[in-house]
Amino acid sequence: MKISVTVNGKRYERDVEPRTLLAYFLRESLGLTGTHVGCDTSSCGVCVVVLDGEKAVKSCTMLAVMADGHEIMTIEGLVQGGVLHPLQQGFWDQHGLQCGYCTPGMMMTSWVLLKQNPNPSEAEIREGLSGNLCRCTGYQNIVKAVEQAAAAMQPQPVETVA
Amino acid sequence: MFPAPFDYHRPGSLDETLVLLAQYGGDARVLAGGQSLIPAMRFRLARPAVLVDINQLDELAYVREVDGMLAIGALARDAALERSSLIESSYPLLFDTSAVVADPVVRQMGTVVGSLCHNDPSGDWSVTALASRAQVVVRGSTGTRVVPIDEFLVDSFSTAVAEGEIALEVRFPSPPPRTSGSYQKIERKVGDFATSAAAAQITLGDDGTVAQIGIAIGAAGPTATRVADAESALRGIKPTKDAIRAAADAARKIADPVADPRGSVEFKKDMAGVLVGRALLAAFERLGVGGLR
Repeated sequence: MKISVTVNGKRYERDVEPRTLLAYFLRESLGLTGTHVGCDTSSCGVCVVVLDGEKAVKSCTMLAVMADGHEIMTIEGLVQGGVLHPLQQGFWDQHGLQCGYCTPGMMMTSWVLLKQNPNPSEAEIREGLSGNLCRCTGYQNIVKAVEQAAAAMQPQPVETVA
Repeated sequence: MFPAPFDYHRPGSLDETLVLLAQYGGDARVLAGGQSLIPAMRFRLARPAVLVDINQLDELAYVREVDGMLAIGALARDAALERSSLIESSYPLLFDTSAVVADPVVRQMGTVVGSLCHNDPSGDWSVTALASRAQVVVRGSTGTRVVPIDEFLVDSFSTAVAEGEIALEVRFPSPPPRTSGSYQKIERKVGDFATSAAAAQITLGDDGTVAQIGIAIGAAGPTATRVADAESALRGIKPTKDAIRAAADAARKIADPVADPRGSVEFKKDMAGVLVGRALLAAFERLGVGGLR
């Protein structure tokens, strides 16, 4: 089946079998291997991508054909003009990863979390990321990374001239 | 593993959906959020020859109050309830449930109606639907019928939706004044199936007696199970510690769980009782009735 999917702002037209899962479409058809596959059963969250700028979805549990006509953002779409996104900078600065396998999913889930709740509490971050597993860090630095990103993404106060 | 091959259809209207379902009958499955169906297909536990994807039918993505009922359309995601101020203020049992289904990412795609249609013995929404006496609106090419939840949940992974039909909506009666409820769930980790679960919804009369009550348990039988004896233990009386204990005992007795890595039969039966007790206590306390602990 012919599908047309916009990924990170670029439109791709491909012929796929209906049973192709979105994670494999991104990795194998489009070569975007930043989206990882972990448990492959919608438990671990390493495959999370953003659908239509509003939903974090586990791309191992969505068919590529379901993305036909929709927009997907992957980890590759975060960096803009060579400048790290505040989430990427946060994970860098706070050492929010060790092996890094879960990191793309953590960032994409956090991207939607911060869009819906720009100023989350620590508890809200932990709850929001509870569908994403990390086996290295113990989560502490991941939470700090998201806190740093949230602070960096706050609208800057406009200086008024008297 | 990839799902077995299937033909994929994405109708643009409900009429077109019904034509496809009539045409393919038992070979077809409706695809909404896919958070249960796609894993089942990947494990080859489900092998539908045809998928009818309703994700384009935005008109089914509603959560609204109509004629004394909360109507939730087939494409309303779990997350829509979790973020709804109406649900938070007026439907405490549903709000509780919406926060513990699967995990926060899965809830962004998963649907309430889809969960009921999947009818996993450990599903959350079926327990809550029983306790709040929900109804499911089922449509086929020959007409629409409204099925009480007790009749809808036929058996594990089996419902009253017949070949050629689609579950369009679930309806929860809007709670009368002095109504509250609670959903209680034990899980090993966020996103795991329930080890045990219980839902309770209570309406108090003007004299403080229990006017209406619904109690159900999950992960304790082939489907979610109404605990009628627990309801009887409290209906028409003012709540007491003894009556709550009797309700919990009724749940322990009727619970029919299977042993798995989450626990033994004995443990799960006991937890069914414990959680019914906790759900009742929480619901009464939300109604301002204390002194029951």
